[in-house]
Amino acid sequence: MTNSEPLLDVRDLSVTFTRKGGPTVRAVDGVSFTVRPGETVGLVGESGSGKSVTSLAVMGLLPRRGVQVGGQVLFDGDDLLTLPRDRMRDIRGRDIAMVFQDPMSSLNPVVPIGVQVTEVLERHQELKGEAARSAAAELLSRVGIPDPNRRLKEYPHQLSGGMRQRALIAMALACRPRLLIADEPTTALDVTIQAQIIELLKELVQDTGASLVMITHDLGIVAGLCDNVHVMYSGRVVESAGRRELFAQPRHPYTGGLLGSVPRLDAPRGAPLHPIPGSPTDVLRWDHGCAFAPRCQNRVDACLDGPPPLEAYAGRSLRCLNPLTESEEVSV
Amino acid sequence: MLKFVVRRLFQLIPILLGLSVLLFVWLRALPGGPAQALLGERATAESVARIESLYGLNEPWYVQYWKFISAAVRLDFGNSARTNRPVTEEMMRTFPATLELAVAALIFAVGIGIPLGYYAAKKYGSWLDNLSVSGSLLGVAVPVFFLAYILKYVFSVQLGWFPTQGRQDPRIDADHPTGLYVLDGILTGNLEASWDAILHLVLPAIALGAIPLAIIVRITRASVLDVVHEDYVRTAEAKGLWERTITRRHVLRNALLPVVTVIGLQAGLLFSGAILTETVFAFDGVGRFIAEAISNRDYAVLQGFILVIAAMYVIVNLVVDVSYGLIDPRVRVR
Repeated sequence: MTNSEPLLDVRDLSVTFTRKGGPTVRAVDGVSFTVRPGETVGLVGESGSGKSVTSLAVMGLLPRRGVQVGGQVLFDGDDLLTLPRDRMRDIRGRDIAMVFQDPMSSLNPVVPIGVQVTEVLERHQELKGEAARSAAAELLSRVGIPDPNRRLKEYPHQLSGGMRQRALIAMALACRPRLLIADEPTTALDVTIQAQIIELLKELVQDTGASLVMITHDLGIVAGLCDNVHVMYSGRVVESAGRRELFAQPRHPYTGGLLGSVPRLDAPRGAPLHPIPGSPTDVLRWDHGCAFAPRCQNRVDACLDGPPPLEAYAGRSLRCLNPLTESEEVSV
Repeated sequence: MLKFVVRRLFQLIPILLGLSVLLFVWLRALPGGPAQALLGERATAESVARIESLYGLNEPWYVQYWKFISAAVRLDFGNSARTNRPVTEEMMRTFPATLELAVAALIFAVGIGIPLGYYAAKKYGSWLDNLSVSGSLLGVAVPVFFLAYILKYVFSVQLGWFPTQGRQDPRIDADHPTGLYVLDGILTGNLEASWDAILHLVLPAIALGAIPLAIIVRITRASVLDVVHEDYVRTAEAKGLWERTITRRHVLRNALLPVVTVIGLQAGLLFSGAILTETVFAFDGVGRFIAEAISNRDYAVLQGFILVIAAMYVIVNLVVDVSYGLIDPRVRVR
């Protein structure tokens, strides 16, 4: 971890979806975090916690209709939210790149892989023809795709899922971006392939010195990869900590629940799993109290009085009035 | 690819044979016959019999069929009972006219339909979108002959912008080596004749192309609306590509797949002639000729024309299948 100026500084980001005649939904609510050069940051949470919307907001990829984005996203000092659209297009793919969740649907089925890789190079590096093609072949072999010259001519349906995710990673890293956002890059893949892809990302990020924002619900991935972790619940960060602190002693009951629900090999045979009770839809609106309160086992009356603030606590930021204590065994 | 095309062309043989039997039986099952139609209601039995023996219509149907089919493989469909000219000659005259009209209608429908459908989807919910949706509903709902008369009345009769009927101003002296008048004018260096032929095509093409246009607008719009929300379009955006690259390479190429199918089906229909449009604009094409042949029970013309139309329909579909493979590698034929 370096202590230089942050590369990405997200300040008080909020995203609100409005629908004609429907309720407004605040998907992201006052989220702040920073990513320093070379750092790997994890955004963790269940489905619906706002982690993907956060990443799309940073990329400027949210639809313009019916969406209000507030706050600041400072990248290298520029606020990405107020940049003109063409400037933003210059940054996307060159300085900030993204790998998406589902490699099956994230590649254009009717365009050869080669074109989909070279188009980034042509757009941002002004490579053309043979130069772009050989650069693309090099990228494919760099991400571990054998026989790249043949693969360049093939179409997505001719590649396996892991192969496609590798191709997408090649496209994302084509212009050596300074920041890579990976949105659940392994969710759609087999477990064995998942590990390979994570290793690949780790290696590539180390080699290029890029920063990585890893969005996941899988704490196992976070444990092996991230320097800092932000746990999100219902659109807000509830706990931010260094990886070691977080795994040594989670303080927010939600983080504790996430850790506790991971099945363990050293648990006694037949021991029951410990899911977090309730479901992520079972939330309180933040202005009425802590959104996690309906599912929380540490709830106190004050939790329902209003939103708990995000405060420094035991070497981290925490949004909880009754945190887990040292003695309190995580329900494993 | 070549194997696929050849195989499909061979499939034409059983299709056409089956169709010819059906046609043959069906035509002869119609009440009345060519002799009756030729001689009128008050014809005597003797004169009907004389005409029938003249055309060989008194022989058993399988003998007639054999005679027909053995001549047809040499592209000889006999003579028209009405005009008394060889059917193939009538084809050479009317098919180019219909082809020209169909192509003009397709250019109109595709050239306006795809951009309009695309922009309607892009500006989803805007006035342009609403206008194109309601307009295309109107396009499907308005009967062709009504639209044809309205167009003719407004733009030919009242405004005088376009000629009212026919394919060429009779005062223009032009050679017609291919029968496609626009092309003929270009080939013979007579651009005035070409321009005149184009003017004659405008209104019939609009009348004929209205329904295909409406269908293409709707399909394109729906398809683009689907595709712009696809993950791979988001990937393309994330690469920072220019909007025009995204539109051309990632949105349109995918969105046009269903549109190509529709265009193919519509083209097949258009090539088989447009009875109503050709009648209103006195356009000397296949549709009008067949309509007249039906009322005259002109067996030779009907058999010949319908077989050729069927063959064209199959070939158009083949072209669609092949072009589908060109844009979608997942269904590419080997």
